[in-house]
Amino acid sequence: MCGIVGLFIKDPSLEPELGRLTAGMLATLSDRGPDSAGFAVYGAGKKGETKLTLRAPSAAAMKETADRIGRAFSDANIMPHDSHAVVALDDRSVGRFMEWLAREAPDIEIVGRGRRMEVYKEVGRPENVAERFDLAAMTGTHAIGHTRMATESAVTTDGAHPYSTGEDQCLVHNGSLSNHNNLRRVLAREGFRFETENDTEVAAGYLSWKMREGLSLGDALKVSLDDLDGFYTFVVGTENGFGVLRDGIACKPAIMAETDRYVAFGSEYRALAGLPGIETARIWEPEPATVYFWER
Amino acid sequence: MPDVDLGSTPLRELNAALHRLHPDTNERHWVIDHPAGRHAIAAGLNAPITVEINGPVGYYCAGMNQLATVLIHGSAGVGVAENMMSGFVQVAGDASQSAGATGRGGLLRIDGNASSRCGISMKGIDIVVQGSVGHMSAFMAQAGNLVVFGDAGDSLGDSIYEARLFVRGSVKSLGADCIEKQMRDEHKKALHAVLNRAGFNGAVDPSEFRRYGSARKLYNFHVDNAGAY
Repeated sequence: MCGIVGLFIKDPSLEPELGRLTAGMLATLSDRGPDSAGFAVYGAGKKGETKLTLRAPSAAAMKETADRIGRAFSDANIMPHDSHAVVALDDRSVGRFMEWLAREAPDIEIVGRGRRMEVYKEVGRPENVAERFDLAAMTGTHAIGHTRMATESAVTTDGAHPYSTGEDQCLVHNGSLSNHNNLRRVLAREGFRFETENDTEVAAGYLSWKMREGLSLGDALKVSLDDLDGFYTFVVGTENGFGVLRDGIACKPAIMAETDRYVAFGSEYRALAGLPGIETARIWEPEPATVYFWER
Repeated sequence: MPDVDLGSTPLRELNAALHRLHPDTNERHWVIDHPAGRHAIAAGLNAPITVEINGPVGYYCAGMNQLATVLIHGSAGVGVAENMMSGFVQVAGDASQSAGATGRGGLLRIDGNASSRCGISMKGIDIVVQGSVGHMSAFMAQAGNLVVFGDAGDSLGDSIYEARLFVRGSVKSLGADCIEKQMRDEHKKALHAVLNRAGFNGAVDPSEFRRYGSARKLYNFHVDNAGAY
């Protein structure tokens, strides 16, 4: 089944509330996806600085690694959150850091990279996952999140969404793809590496591939309608906005709300019911096979 | 007049109370506040009561309805009034997918738009939509009337049996075996009766609608196809 949420703030005075509102939306959709959860938050970013979100097998392992990173990279700003840590460092140090990490801490995974994006995901009920990372305290301009009921691959943290599709880009998905095995082979020939058997990771790789070939995110989503077989609702986060796409049959639910202060996405209206001013919001269902995009 | 606040009363408690009502109950008018998109509100009613819901509801609201009048002062999620047997259900806002699915009787009135698959597999229900309906509406529709004041999306009436479809606006495309049919006086009369039951007494002109139905080429076995088996 799975649930998706997305919140894009238009009114800066609502930015401090981003995490709290997103946490509430995720908790409501626990019923649709109790296995695992994840979210991406677009917070503050600095020019010339890259944020890497790292994930370790446990909070203890992350703490130990964070200490080692601190010793090896004195200029890195390390913010540990349970099993994850966000490492902000000078753009020029990123290459050296990645080499170091692969060599010195091979069990640490990089789940997100970008100027502003931070990505967190874990196994467990969504409200607990949100609490572990203290999502409610996070601030920013937009966030997307996912609650997972596994169908196409195992209940693991690797199988949890969002999947990063590139710098400051990530994807959450409700549905299942039928041609992901074949597409994975195509993408492997193009040089993409996949960590899991998960269909969404393939969709994320596919979008990265199309954008590497020069398409905009919007155009990559458009051509995906021809190449992805199955049913899906995607929500995609970028540095400045978020996009929504449903397949042509549109059997996976999706509802959106817009006010002067925000644009919100939910798999069900229930997820939106707690948002401020929802009583007077414009509420609609996104059309099938239509790319929607909000930016600021 | 029972007034139930779903912000404080568990939904199961409300539905259980509604299910306990006898057909001759004196508690004939219920008001429900703060539905907040919860699922299956007032599903399975079987008494001639009126239930007013102040706000948006989730999936399967008023599903399997018999005898009751359910007025939703908000929008409805997937499958509103699905498998309705009799009674009247009105959605003041929009309805999501599969509104009135498999309904056997009664009338579903939607004042906004209905999403895809409105009236899928309808079996005798009348559905009146003041706005437009999405793709695959009246898919495999068997009996009853689907009336659309606005437009219909792709593949209207795909694999339709004997339901009657009336659309005032445009139809993006017709599904397999669905064709436009002549609007004769008998159909205008029938449509007029449905509109009256929906509360549009004389306010809407039946002659502005076009009629669609089954070409009856798909569901009857044709002897020429015997060799295919």
